[in-house]
Amino acid sequence: MIDFVVLALLTIITASTPLVFAAIGEIVVEKAGVLNLGVEGMMIVGAIGAFAVAVTTGDPTLAILAGAASGLVLAFIFGFLTLYLLSNQVATGLALTLFGIGFSALLGNGFVGQTYGGLPHLDIPILSDLPFVGQLIFGQDVLVYLSVFSALGVTWFLGRTRWGLAVRAVGENHDAAHSIGFSVTLIRMGAVLFGGAMAGLGGAYLSLAHTPLWVENMTAGRGWIALALVVFASWKPWRAFFGAYLFGGITIVQLHAQGFGVDVPSQILSMLPYLATIVVLVLISRDGSRARLNAPACLGRSFHASG
Amino acid sequence: MLIRLEPRAEASRAMVYQSPLIAVVLTLIAGMIMFRILGTDPLQAVHAFFIEPISTVQGLAELLIKATPLILIGVGLALGFQANIWNIGAEGQLTLGAIFGGIVALAFFDVESIFLLPAMLIAGIVGGMLWAAVPAFLKTRYNTNEILTSLMLVYVSFLLLSYLITGPLRDPDGFNFPESRLFHDSALLPIILEGTRLHLGFLVALLFAVLAWLMIVKHIIGFQIKVIGMAPAAASFAGFKEKKLVWLTLLISGGAAGLAGAIEVSGPIGQVIPVVSPGYGFTAIIVAFLGRLHPIGVVLAGILMALTYLGGDSAQITMNLPNAVTGVFQGMLLFFLLASDVLIRYRIKLGAPRVREVTQRQEGVT
Amino acid sequence: MTDTPRLELIGITKAYPGVVANNNVSLKVMPGEIHALLGENGAGKSTLVKFIYGVQKADSGILKWEGAVTDIPNPNVARKLGVGMVFQHFSLFDAMTVEENIALGISPELAKSGLTQRIIDISTQYGLPLEPDRYVHTLSVGERQRIEVVRCLLQDPRLLIMDEPTSVLTPQEVEVLFQTLRQLAADGVSILYISHKLQEIKDLCHTATIMRMGKVVADCNPAEETPRSMAEMMMGGNLTPPERTANAALGAPQLIVKGLSVIASDSHGTDLKEIDFEVRTGEILGIAGIAGNGQQELMDVLSGEVLVDDPKSITIDGNSVGGSGPNRRRSVGMAFVPEERLGHGAVPQMSLWENAFLSGATRMNLLSNGFMRIRESEDYASTIVEEFRVKTPGIANVAASLSGGNLQKFIIGREILQKPGIIIALQPTWGVDAGSAAAIRQSLIDLAANGAAVLVISQDLEELFEIADRLSVICEGRLSPGRKTEDVNVDEIGLLMGGVANDPITEAAAHAD
Repeated sequence: MIDFVVLALLTIITASTPLVFAAIGEIVVEKAGVLNLGVEGMMIVGAIGAFAVAVTTGDPTLAILAGAASGLVLAFIFGFLTLYLLSNQVATGLALTLFGIGFSALLGNGFVGQTYGGLPHLDIPILSDLPFVGQLIFGQDVLVYLSVFSALGVTWFLGRTRWGLAVRAVGENHDAAHSIGFSVTLIRMGAVLFGGAMAGLGGAYLSLAHTPLWVENMTAGRGWIALALVVFASWKPWRAFFGAYLFGGITIVQLHAQGFGVDVPSQILSMLPYLATIVVLVLISRDGSRARLNAPACLGRSFHASG
Repeated sequence: MLIRLEPRAEASRAMVYQSPLIAVVLTLIAGMIMFRILGTDPLQAVHAFFIEPISTVQGLAELLIKATPLILIGVGLALGFQANIWNIGAEGQLTLGAIFGGIVALAFFDVESIFLLPAMLIAGIVGGMLWAAVPAFLKTRYNTNEILTSLMLVYVSFLLLSYLITGPLRDPDGFNFPESRLFHDSALLPIILEGTRLHLGFLVALLFAVLAWLMIVKHIIGFQIKVIGMAPAAASFAGFKEKKLVWLTLLISGGAAGLAGAIEVSGPIGQVIPVVSPGYGFTAIIVAFLGRLHPIGVVLAGILMALTYLGGDSAQITMNLPNAVTGVFQGMLLFFLLASDVLIRYRIKLGAPRVREVTQRQEGVT
Repeated sequence: MTDTPRLELIGITKAYPGVVANNNVSLKVMPGEIHALLGENGAGKSTLVKFIYGVQKADSGILKWEGAVTDIPNPNVARKLGVGMVFQHFSLFDAMTVEENIALGISPELAKSGLTQRIIDISTQYGLPLEPDRYVHTLSVGERQRIEVVRCLLQDPRLLIMDEPTSVLTPQEVEVLFQTLRQLAADGVSILYISHKLQEIKDLCHTATIMRMGKVVADCNPAEETPRSMAEMMMGGNLTPPERTANAALGAPQLIVKGLSVIASDSHGTDLKEIDFEVRTGEILGIAGIAGNGQQELMDVLSGEVLVDDPKSITIDGNSVGGSGPNRRRSVGMAFVPEERLGHGAVPQMSLWENAFLSGATRMNLLSNGFMRIRESEDYASTIVEEFRVKTPGIANVAASLSGGNLQKFIIGREILQKPGIIIALQPTWGVDAGSAAAIRQSLIDLAANGAAVLVISQDLEELFEIADRLSVICEGRLSPGRKTEDVNVDEIGLLMGGVANDPITEAAAHAD
């Protein structure tokens, strides 16, 4: 029984980590007042970027960096279009996703069918061998720890640093931020790039650790679920973290229901995360005034300094 | 910064129509660079991609066949986008349309009747509308963002189709292949051009575009859609009901996507299969923007985008290029379009702002 | 005092597409001087000070700071030099605390430790009480302005720019602000004071630079001028106050509001509490008040954009309409003019004829079987343009291409030509040039004289005293009983606006309890 619980928790961690990266990254982007709907596209390009480097070089560090860099490059396209050319953020985000899916398929053409051994796990003598907590806490791969650290780091950054304050300021009232001397466009670009790198890491986790191989469309809507998580979390990093684990929990139900002899077609079970996303969105948006209170006031609005 | 944007006193109407052309040219250039990187001769690849597929009558007919769902869905989405209502789950609504239409065809697989086809198409519309009604209801009742809900339902619809095609809808004599029976002749759309596969659905799509165009320029509903998209507060000032428009635009776009799904299964496919669309529902988003959210523009954009599908197939066969090139082309086109659209409201000025030069000159004087 | 000006501008020019905002503007501000920058809306005052503060670039011209030619590329440099600015539209962040707001607007070195204490010190020294931990969205407009002032004072400014600081204050709050400013000037701080309120400038400022259409037209000593003489310099012509015919006979009440209470839909909004009033045909009722005291909420429920539970709480010409939307209200004779022209009263990207159709469809019969009667809509728009002298190349031009004054004339004209029984206007001349403002006020007076009821909700007391027959004050969502304009003075209204004194009538009622 203990073994089963550990296994279940490990599966939850694996399922949740990509969501944590993508959602935490998008929180920073949206706090700066930018709505980037291209998370799915940045994730999938991160996934193929990381996977390609992993199987070519065999170096996990390089692979992880490649994942982040791939997401970052896509985010740069988005940032350039929306921040400098003032294109519609919703449309550009959709374009990013459509492009990302196509582009990743093109890049991944030669990698279909190849496999990668997976990311190395932390192995501390004694600690990692402890029953129950050993593997869970001291036996994960580096990206899992990084995801926890990112929730901590972003919380600290947004709440305690001057630049974090500036990010919130441009998202709250970009005209005021501009008139007291902040460069709205640069700050937003920084946030967008960070969000892209984080989505790329989320994608990298998918293709390096979650299912270490390349399949077209392997993100399967996780980028969109991450966007929903941001709303669900009311733009608070820790709530996004726990939200991601809640979704990981749903995945486990899906995987193990049949093991318990529940006779439901697998497709119906696979619908669960998507249906749960809808339910969660309804619950959170039902109270309209609260959602509006938490959302950054300038979310999705373009800024152009005239003069 | 060397390149600056300067706001125009008034939006340039000419640029609204020039920008898609600029985008197409830029996409072609970027595409040729991409072909070069992929190690093929760019000119030959462009020929294989854009010219070869439409050099025969059959090719042209195939182009219009592929354009049919894109036009239907694109026109519907354009209405919603004008009102700032972002239905991006058309792929799911299309899938539901295919399922509903398919169920009607399979339920009466041995019936010969002129009513079968219309019943299928209506069922398809109903299916698409039902699927779009979910985000409409959640948005109007609970203020839930329609982008995410409509998109989540795409994945649900794929899984639903996959379940049905491996279960209830599977061909009983099909050796367990995940496919339905072939439809009866009276469940298939009539061919309108002898010797090709071009079917009646294309005319249906054109008719829908014309009706939508009439509504947009002449009818109060079209006016309301435009006002609510441009200035929601002004719509409320004029007494337009936002919820009604949310329902209306989502039902129209969902119904159109459902119709496209039913047309796909009763036209070029002729049975229900696990994947009924190569992403028409998503490509139609690009079609809607490329067509300037204008129904007639969408017709032209739909035909152009259909070419990228044919081109992808053709390039794969003749030049062994990966089929994914199609998706990249579509994505790039939308990027370039959104980028060129900046020219509608801004002028590009080269050179640094004048202030520095003048100040320095005057400093020299004093 | 030395002879070197603290700030000197020479030949500042700044052009936007289609308009020259500043044309060869020069001025000097001495240490310890309170210097007025006077001009109508659109005269170029805001553009000029944004240039001084480094928010905007100029096309040409020289800025000298304490005698030396200086380039101020951004506000950080301005602050380092000692320039502080209080913006007209506050540069504040609602979802942050007072302290966070201040920390963002000062140099990083100052924002480090001990900031809380320094905020408290400065605010007590200048009589500007502030609580550093409060969230901005919970504060009143006057308190928000204090944040901006304290933020400037924390950096020991040598030049303080104040852009229309009194437009959101009660007359009593204005007096407190003036004391602070005089104290600062006595300490040697220069103050550049932007306003179009002439009496204030006469009371406060040592010198004045007057601008019109982007140019400096005069320098003067306000103490030696009359408000009238300054107004004429500002507008470049003789002032014609609106003509009023003898009070028309009052008719039946057109609009009756009874026991109207509304919980604001926006959490930052103001709840309306037990509002009672009526407007009769032939009269203009003015509602005064400081921004954010429930004016927008009142407008929303009167126009039908927000519905109320009790239909009987709003009656138009005998019809209970509390539960009906704008179109039903229009059909029984109501017209309304929202505060925001672009995006609320008109669709910026739509042509004038489409904007005429926007509110005119019902009463002007511009619809047939759901289709727009385009020819008739165009005729209607042309009539508005002609009768209300709207300057535009044609009715196919988009609303955004009109100047503020012309668009407002178009909107007012569109409503008046529908022959309403009652018209409700929120801030009808806000941000409008003086000529258009006079025309708009005149047309409202004429409408009342022709037997319509008129309700004007405005923050501009001068305007209300000029046109209204009766005045009420809205404060924190409560409305004071209406009183004849000739029976009240500015001070009494000011006290009501600040919520300091209750109306004598309610006071008496309270004693009776």
